[in-house]
Amino acid sequence: MQSKRWKPWALLSPALSAVFLLLVVPVCFIVVYSFWLRSPTGADIAAFQFGNYAKFFADYFYPSILLRTIRVSLESVALCLVLGYIPAYFFYRSETRFKSVLILLIMLPFWISFIIRTMSWINILGDTGLINHYLIKFGILSEPLGMLYNEGSVLMGLIQYLLPFMILNIYVSLEGIDKSLLEAARSMGCTEWQAFKEVTLPLSLPGLSAGSLLVFVLTAGTYLPPMILGGPKNEMIANLIFKRVIGTLDWPFGSAISVVLLGLLLIIVWTYNRYLGINQIFKSLQGE
Amino acid sequence: MENKSTSPAVQLKGVYKRFGKVVAVQKMDLDFEEGSLVTLLGPSGCGKTTILRMIAGLEAPTEGEIYIKGKRVNDIPIHKRNLGMIFQNYALFPHKTIFDNVAFGLKYRNVAKGEMQAKVTKALEMVRLPGVEGRMPSQLSGGQQQRIAMARAIVIEPDVLLMDEPLSALDENLREEMRREIDNLQQMLGVTTLFVTHDQREALSMSDKIVVMKDGLKQQEGSPEEVYNYPRNHFVSDFLGHSNFFGGVIAGLEDEGVSVKLQDGNEFRVEHPGDWANNAAVELVIRAQKFELTYLDEAPPEPDMNTFDGTIKDRSYMGGEVSYFVELESGTMVHVIGIAKLTPFKKGEKIRLHVAPRHCGLLQKDKAGGDARPAK
Repeated sequence: MQSKRWKPWALLSPALSAVFLLLVVPVCFIVVYSFWLRSPTGADIAAFQFGNYAKFFADYFYPSILLRTIRVSLESVALCLVLGYIPAYFFYRSETRFKSVLILLIMLPFWISFIIRTMSWINILGDTGLINHYLIKFGILSEPLGMLYNEGSVLMGLIQYLLPFMILNIYVSLEGIDKSLLEAARSMGCTEWQAFKEVTLPLSLPGLSAGSLLVFVLTAGTYLPPMILGGPKNEMIANLIFKRVIGTLDWPFGSAISVVLLGLLLIIVWTYNRYLGINQIFKSLQGE
Repeated sequence: MENKSTSPAVQLKGVYKRFGKVVAVQKMDLDFEEGSLVTLLGPSGCGKTTILRMIAGLEAPTEGEIYIKGKRVNDIPIHKRNLGMIFQNYALFPHKTIFDNVAFGLKYRNVAKGEMQAKVTKALEMVRLPGVEGRMPSQLSGGQQQRIAMARAIVIEPDVLLMDEPLSALDENLREEMRREIDNLQQMLGVTTLFVTHDQREALSMSDKIVVMKDGLKQQEGSPEEVYNYPRNHFVSDFLGHSNFFGGVIAGLEDEGVSVKLQDGNEFRVEHPGDWANNAAVELVIRAQKFELTYLDEAPPEPDMNTFDGTIKDRSYMGGEVSYFVELESGTMVHVIGIAKLTPFKKGEKIRLHVAPRHCGLLQKDKAGGDARPAK
């Protein structure tokens, strides 16, 4: 039996080495970097000290950006939930033959560069953009409405990027619901809406929570929408990292901020798994 | 109960259902007596499930009327019809406890807490699964889940119980047990029940009335004995049990029946009360179980039988019975099912085949649709 023990590991080794090389090693680099010192001349000096972390938590400035990141992430989750459930439910109930085409259309934006898609909102929301142009042309407004460079426009950019993830997650879990459950509920006296509340909504929770987690994590780590569509007040933690690493070449401090973000996300994912009990939801579905 | 005789529990009048160009159900007239168990029997795609779904309110009939307890329900939505439905895959709510599953219908009937508790307990006792209130459906076996589904359907005291192939997801032994249980429960409660199945054994064993369907059309309607023993046409006699069909013509009229000459030249005496004209084209129907086989040197089991010699071409032993394929001297193949004796006939053995004239049935030839004469 001894000989068999290494077999699963041998079979797993390609996948494990990919994960190790592409994920674990870079993260380790970042963690190591976060303890280094940056000399006044700009050179990085290998060291083991917590100065970078101390700097982050020294005053309210950096933590406030972290808090804002969390708030914006939650907002984007909430918006994606509401805006994503509707099309996902429509796909689920639709009996059109073109269902797969419709779902493919959801993926279509991914074929266009994220930067281009984000930039295009400037042409829509900007002072001389589409909306303001027509609002002024039809005399509804005399001055352009300032719709850009605020949290609203950042959220707009985030939603158009993240919505497909949410829709697909919800759709997959809806599609897994046995339609005879709805018929059973209806036959026992539920209206369409009551059956939705009793059956569809609770049984789509796994998709809702998976989609929410994905959207949250992606929002917390994104820097393009706040950079392109946000103002100085809308900076998120990833923008901070970007500026430190690319702008001032301060790798040690940038790495420390990254590790803080990573730690925060790990805590959130762990809590989520523990208290939202995804496993429990899946377990209850196994009977089907 | 007082107006029991006035209107049937469920009634369909001239119901059609079309899905685009496909006609799923046509000119369907049905009456279900109060408290009876009616089975819709037919191959898949015959429209039996569509009828159930129309009675449930999950589909609207394209034409015709549906009445439940004398009330026209065409425009009444499903949730106001007071039905109990049982599905092939049980359709228990996986995220709710057994109690919440069974109490579901009561909740939407505004039943008070205490009463709800009592009713659920009683329903679970009726399906012989007391004490499982706190469990989740996934913790129960398939048979148990189907019982919970039963409890959930009967707890609301429905006007009609609709069962869509409720046993087909269960394995053979369990199916038999559940079938008896459904039968007992239905009789105990006296609830009018529609049972949809493609399994003739289920249909024959538990129904008060069987409706045999094919291509959306009712083929025959009657008690299990009637439908089995007097199939009205080729389809029904083929679908229920194993029948042999032989084409032939009426070759002579006798006192107690007719003599039929088959295409292979063999002549059968058929005891049949119908009016038949000489030379009329007919189809001779003989059930595989009605034949008797003997060795060539044995005396026939009873006098005056149709007797032919043949050879066993194939045989499958099934424990309780044996299925033989016998080639007659004329070359015709006959399917025979006999009770297995200790030493069944062997392949290649020469045997003699007997069938009594009263066990031979006749159908008018070339009338697939319906109006064949009863075959005995």
